[in-house]
This record gives sequence, structure tokens and C-alpha cells, in this order.
Amino acid sequence: MNDTIIGIHHLNVTHAGTPILKDVNLEIPRNRVTVILGPSGCGKTTLLKCLNRLIDIYNGLDVSGQIYLDGEEILNRRNDLTRIRQKMGLLSQRPYPLPMSIFDNVAYGLKIQGLRNRDELADRVEFYLRQVNLWEEVKDRLKSPATRLSIGQQQRLCLARGLAVEPEIILADEPTSALDPLSSTCIEEQFMKLKRDYTILIVTHIMRQARRLADHVIFIYLGEVIEQGTPTQIFDHPQHPTTKQYLRVGH
Amino acid sequence: MHRRKIIDRLISGWMAAGLFFVLMIPLAIGLGLVLKSLPILKILALPELLGGSIWKPLSGQFGFKPFILSSVYVTLISFLIAGPVCLLSAIYLTQYASRRLLSLMQPVIDILAGIPSVVYGVWGVLVIVPFVIRLAELREVAISGYCLLSGGIVLAVMSIPFILNILIEVIQAIPIELKEASLSVGASYWETIKWVLLRAGFSGIMAAFGLGISKALGETIAVLMVVGNVVQIPQSLFEAGYPLPALIANNYGEMMSIPLYDSALMFGALILFVIIVLFNGLARLAINHGERYR
Repeated sequence: MNDTIIGIHHLNVTHAGTPILKDVNLEIPRNRVTVILGPSGCGKTTLLKCLNRLIDIYNGLDVSGQIYLDGEEILNRRNDLTRIRQKMGLLSQRPYPLPMSIFDNVAYGLKIQGLRNRDELADRVEFYLRQVNLWEEVKDRLKSPATRLSIGQQQRLCLARGLAVEPEIILADEPTSALDPLSSTCIEEQFMKLKRDYTILIVTHIMRQARRLADHVIFIYLGEVIEQGTPTQIFDHPQHPTTKQYLRVGH
Repeated sequence: MHRRKIIDRLISGWMAAGLFFVLMIPLAIGLGLVLKSLPILKILALPELLGGSIWKPLSGQFGFKPFILSSVYVTLISFLIAGPVCLLSAIYLTQYASRRLLSLMQPVIDILAGIPSVVYGVWGVLVIVPFVIRLAELREVAISGYCLLSGGIVLAVMSIPFILNILIEVIQAIPIELKEASLSVGASYWETIKWVLLRAGFSGIMAAFGLGISKALGETIAVLMVVGNVVQIPQSLFEAGYPLPALIANNYGEMMSIPLYDSALMFGALILFVIIVLFNGLARLAINHGERYR
């Protein structure tokens, strides 16, 4: 049960000679919530973007090292990128619904996978909208633009969009930082529900959120993994002085 | 405290005045054109003016159809060339090219935009006209080269930097997170461009095209130099045309002793004005439609 789904070995990312990530070595446990904690600008987001290779679309970044997903090397240029990306659903800081209807947002990934059958598409869209507790709120206006939804609804829609391609892993980059407390709670509840079936990797700088959600905590500071362990180890008995200081200054 | 309030009011007053001035210009121009066209509109009926194809000012015949059609054709040709070229280059420059290439292209585009139109006209005469003659020879047609196609090509080259500049800005303004969202569910680069970038940028792309076409419709000197200026309803790309701006530029100030001539030219300007207003309206509609999903 407690096996590793992602293994990161000697990951280095530099931008024009400035290191962003320094020799990161991590093992992400399967079907657990792993929280990456650290101050803004410490490389958390970059780490996530390495995992689904979104880092490719940014110019001028040098990436070295290995990332294994189910034993397959992700950073290897010859691998099928779209297949790797479909193994990971992404939830970004602010919701970015695609410029199309609510229905099409969820159906987008399915259509890309080649699903054309209308009834099946409708079934799957409903299923994933129900899974994120959005169905009741939007079932009468599936054809209206996704941008008309409230920001909390949009974030849940984005979660449904990511889940629809049946990923193994959910990457969430400060997924509640733009949301009101109610919507944040709603998203957190989704994560608690989803962790039975998915590996969840959340980047956050909110200490309380980390404590609520985490099975495993990784503390990153200035591009380096400072410390990792269970929430109890990290929050109650931090070993490293930097961690201690961050926990004291933070909430 | 009191003084600051007065300054505040004065400044907003000036702003309103500036805005009023900007709003008044098109109205004043439109009104002026209507007033100046009234003499000819009193004598000749509108359908006769717009639909007639005989242009004999000395005998009082003013048919604008050849000029209207020439303008429409030349603009259409230029758009068919410039539109795809600009859209593809903008996508390439913003999505595929290295940052260095983009920063290299920016001054090139600015220079292209800054070249005076008379220079484009000369270039058209020296390069495009002979090129079009060759092209016609391939199809075994002997022509002068001063024709709709030459006008369309020169116009296309002139509007490319203009449209391209706006398109690049439009595409760059689309948040990168949208692209990430699409890629992260497994879309390929092209699928992302097709379904997400082009949709998100739809209104901006329409605006860029609309502005480009408006500019092409009104462009005068460069077109005038290569389009042939023969009053006829052109039947093919290789025949000469006589767009409205060229008509006005060639004749205004001359032969004003002919009755109604001055009024006829003003009516020509009015047609151009109305076409551009209508066209902008259509572009605006397209923009509003596209914005539903933003």
C-alpha cells in the first residue's frame, strides 16, 4: 500500500544560471496526500511543473535529473508527452476555465482522447460534475460559458476537467489561494474524498491547510528540500532550524 | 482642500472635453460629407448612383458601381493574402519561435509599418507589377500589370505589419495558464492553439482583422499607383480597377467647373465612410459574440 508513485532523483532546474531547484530527491507515496510547503518563490510551482512537463513551454529553463512515474522516466524527451500529462490532473492557483461552455470544459479532455459518442460524453460529464459537487448547481445551464460561474464553482469545474481524463495523480498548485473560505473548504473536502483513488500533491503556504490535509509533508526553502516526514514529525517536532523558524513565523 | 476640489473638477472637465472632441470628429466628417453630397443626391436617385456603371461627368452621368466594386475587390484580395499570413506568423512567433526571434521580428514589423505608403507604391510599380505580368504570362494572358491583383498584393504587404502587431499582442495577452490547462489534460500543441488560444483570442483576432480591412479600404496612394485606374467593372484579377480613394485623390481639385463633379466626389467619400462604419459595426458584433466565452 505504501509504495512510491513518483521518484525524483537529482532534479536541478536553473534559469539563466540561477538555480531554482537544487538537487531535489523525493519519493511521493501512492494514494496519499503529499503537501509541499514553503514560502513563495521557493520553487514549489516549478517542481509541480516538472512533473507534468509543463516546464517545457517556458523558455530558458535548464532541467536535469530524473523523474520516474510508475517506473517510466518523465523527463525523457522520447516519451509520449500527452499520455504522461493525462496521468496528472492539474489545478492551478486561480481557476482558468477554457473559453467554452461548462459542458465542453469537462468534455474537452475526453474529446481529445477520442471519445465522440454523445450519450457517453454526457454521462461522463455528469459523473465528474457530480464528483466535484457541481452538478446540481449547473445542470440547467451546461451550455452557458464557464466564465459565468463564480470563482469557487470555476475551481471545482477545473477539478472536474482534470479528473475527466482519469489521472492517477492530482497536482494542485495553491488551489484555494484565490477562493473564499467556503469554497476553500469545499475544495479541501473534495481532496479528502479523492485521496482514496488518487495520489494528491498539493503546493501550499497555508500551514493549517497543510496540517488538515497532509499524510506526508515536504518542506522546501530556496529550491532545496529541507525536511520531510509525517505531519506530526514536521509540525510538532521539526528538526531543521529553517523549518522551525518558518513554522514559528507562519500561522 | 477647496483648491484641490477645483483642480479635480477642472481636470475631469478637460477630459470630458477631449472625449467630446474625439466623438465629434467622425460625426462632423459624416455630416459634412452628407451636406456636400446633397446637390447630387437631389438630382440623381441613390440606386442610380450606387448601381450605375457609367461615369461620364461631362454628360452628368455618375455611376459609382465600378469604383465600389474595385474597392471591395482590392480589399478582399489583400485580406485573403494578409489574413492567413498574419495569423500563422503571429501563432508561430508567439508559440513556437524562440524569444530571440520574436524580439528580432518586432523592429522589423515596426519598420515595415513605418515605411511611407508612397514607397510601397513605388515598390509595387518596380517589383509587383512585373511579377504580376509574369504570373499572367504563365496563364498566357498579356496584360499591363496594373491591375486588381497588383493593388491587392501591395495592400496586403502594407497591412501585414499593422495586423500582425495587433495579433501578436492579442495572443500574448492570453494567460499562459489557459495553455497549461489545455496541455495538462493531454491536448497536443496544435489542439491547444486551435481550441483554446484561437477561441480565447477570437474577439481580438476579429478586431485586428477589422482594423486591417478598414485601413486597406481607405489606403490611397500606393493602390492608386499600381491598380490601373480604369473606370470599368473588373472581370478578373488581371484587369484594372479604380477604387474610391483613388478616384477622389486623382480628381479632387481638378475639373471642378463641371457641374456636380465636386458633389459627386464628396458622395464617393461618403460611400467610403459608410462602408467603413458598417464594417466596424460588423467587426464589433463579431467581437461581442466572441466575448461570451471569455
